[in-house]
Amino acid sequence: MEAAGESLRDTELRLGLPGTDAPEKPASTVTRGGKRALPEDDEDGYAKSNKSSEEEEQGEGDLCCQEPPAAKAQVVGWPPIRSYRKNSLHARKVEGEAAGLYVKVSMDGAPYLRKIDLKVYKGYKELREALDDMFKCFSLGEFPRKEGCSGSEYAITYEDKDGDLMLVGDVPWEMFISSCRRLRIMKGSEARGLGSRH
Amino acid sequence: MTYFPEEVVEHIFDFVGSHRDRNTVSTVCKAWYQVERLSRRTVFVGNCYAIGPERVMARFPGIKSLSVKGKPHFADFNLVPYDWGGFALPWIVAAARLCPGLEELRLKRMVVTDDGLELLARSFPNFKSLVLISCEGFSTDGLATIATYCRGLRELDLQENEVEDHGCQWLSFFPDSCTSLVSLNFGCLKGEVNGGALERLVARCPNLRSLKLSPAVSVESLNKILARASHLVDLGTGSFAVDHRTDVYHMLMNSFPKFKSLRNLSGFWDASPCCLRAVYPVCTSLTVLNLSYAPAIQGDDLIKIICLCFKLQKLWVLDSIGDKGLAVVASTCKELQELRVFPCDIYGAGTTSVTEEGLLAVSSGCPKLNSLLYFCYQMTNAALITIAKNCPHFTRFRLCILDPGKPDPVTDQPLDEGFGAIVRSCKNLRRLSLSGRLTDQVFLYIGMYAERLEMLSIAFAGDSDKGMIYVLNGCKNLRKLEIRDCPFGDIALLKNVAKYETMRSLWMSSCDITLGGCKALAAKMPRLNVEIINENEETYEFEENLSDLHKLEKIYVYRTVAGPRNDAPDFVWTL
Repeated sequence: MEAAGESLRDTELRLGLPGTDAPEKPASTVTRGGKRALPEDDEDGYAKSNKSSEEEEQGEGDLCCQEPPAAKAQVVGWPPIRSYRKNSLHARKVEGEAAGLYVKVSMDGAPYLRKIDLKVYKGYKELREALDDMFKCFSLGEFPRKEGCSGSEYAITYEDKDGDLMLVGDVPWEMFISSCRRLRIMKGSEARGLGSRH
Repeated sequence: MTYFPEEVVEHIFDFVGSHRDRNTVSTVCKAWYQVERLSRRTVFVGNCYAIGPERVMARFPGIKSLSVKGKPHFADFNLVPYDWGGFALPWIVAAARLCPGLEELRLKRMVVTDDGLELLARSFPNFKSLVLISCEGFSTDGLATIATYCRGLRELDLQENEVEDHGCQWLSFFPDSCTSLVSLNFGCLKGEVNGGALERLVARCPNLRSLKLSPAVSVESLNKILARASHLVDLGTGSFAVDHRTDVYHMLMNSFPKFKSLRNLSGFWDASPCCLRAVYPVCTSLTVLNLSYAPAIQGDDLIKIICLCFKLQKLWVLDSIGDKGLAVVASTCKELQELRVFPCDIYGAGTTSVTEEGLLAVSSGCPKLNSLLYFCYQMTNAALITIAKNCPHFTRFRLCILDPGKPDPVTDQPLDEGFGAIVRSCKNLRRLSLSGRLTDQVFLYIGMYAERLEMLSIAFAGDSDKGMIYVLNGCKNLRKLEIRDCPFGDIALLKNVAKYETMRSLWMSSCDITLGGCKALAAKMPRLNVEIINENEETYEFEENLSDLHKLEKIYVYRTVAGPRNDAPDFVWTL
């Protein structure tokens, strides 16, 4: 994942995001995939763009700061804010001198929680390493290095702004840190379901 | 009147200022046309493809000021592909050849190159003012040529452009003999700035009244500049990030009280709350305040500064101001005419920082309010109806409810009645942007009541073709119509084709327009350019084979006397 604060690189990353392949929430996989735009699907895209606010938020988050619009994108250019302003604010918020982005981290079975500053990490790899380090005294096994590591006992999940439990690693790093409210390291049978999802 | 000598007629025309009036005057008779064209000093071209530059210059050889606009407005939101067009060079070339007396050039949403800037710099000995807004394609090298060759330059105003950074030396290209600057705005530059060159430049320009610095200018540099520029009326502060425990900060605190003439403040890119205190001494005389690039300043700090700004006429803030902060605006800023509230948090659902309550408060506290851009998470019909009653003087009303298609949260109704009240009450409304859940009904109201409306922006609204038809059949002053993601199709497009010749342009994207519909439009109206913008690579190679039923992603229709343009890229087809 790219370093924070490189707003142009971030937008490249978002273009590279296989947005139609990797849904932000499992529930919307079908609609997202369905929006890959052959012209016939644009009608679907239009109809769905009038749907629930949930999907629109995803649309915003995913696509708002993209550069040249992918014809396949759904809500490009919404909200109607000049890219100059978006880039300006975004760069400043992420680099920013505001106090860090502290979130609680809980691990199933551990007696106490920890707090970490998400801004300190450049990407998912560093985050996993840091969590590994922080919680190794409690764990019996390795943390999953990537999703789908079979046999891993743990999955790193987070609670987002909507209160939903999400698997860490699906969305671009920037989007993750702006929507992550707390982290939860799940273990055991719950984790197996999520960790071996792919 | 034709019996008067030309000089008298010309003198009378001097009093005819507006473009529209001068255009009308020129159609009265041949004699008037001649007098008018030779005495015209300012020309505004709203669409650079509506007419060829040579034709403009040949008709008006005496112009001193030229304004040209390029890309459609939705280009601001990345809806227009990067290389769609809007090139400035043909205009500069034509002017260099036919209007060497040009003194001012103002370009918006155009592609300007370094070559173009160099030609500009070398071709007009009396050149005084260059204003570039939302342009791209040039670098600091181009700015260096402007600095070098434009003797007597008074204004260099760069607003929100994409400028490639080729180093900080361009400022040093202003010769020592350059003392004429009145306005210098380079806020949009991203690269390093040569502080020394900037300070010397400011020091030798005694008429400097407006200075807007880029975020790269440090507070140390700002201090030195402010020491030399105490007559500034308009200041963009640059980064404004400084530790309040340092000498630099104390110097800053001591600088501002000296500014007796300061009326406009902006910039504040990295400002933290404590640094903002430095500007308190000038707040009571401020008429314009732009804090919309300062996300670190939260509601309470905004309130502290706004409390002091009782002469404020224009306020741009982030929605971190909250409804509470807007209530303070309402009780303090009785002279307020323009308010813009931008969203801080573009990505997520976010907190409900401003709602209809904030706007209600401002509408009731600020009787002079006439221009609004408001991003919020929700709006109610009741609030809009009250706002319409409180503020009948709106000329610009742009409301963006961030969740597309969101209804009134209290009644779950569409916002037709609310916006209907706005257009009924605000008889001078010239610009309107709609959002939220809207049916065809709102367009019926707009068509019926929005007589002075010139620009309408619609997104995710309407139920059927009727909506668009109401607008096209009503709104007799409509000039620009831009629509995205609405269920308007060929029937609406073709219902009132003559209307498009009375308008500057129509943009439609993600609607239900087909290739067949556009072909029919182009066939009926030869003086329109019907442009199809097709970024889907799979289809544009097979354009001949596309059926008429093929739905079009983006179309841009505009009146023109210049015919199809010859600089269109591959993905733009003009029918």
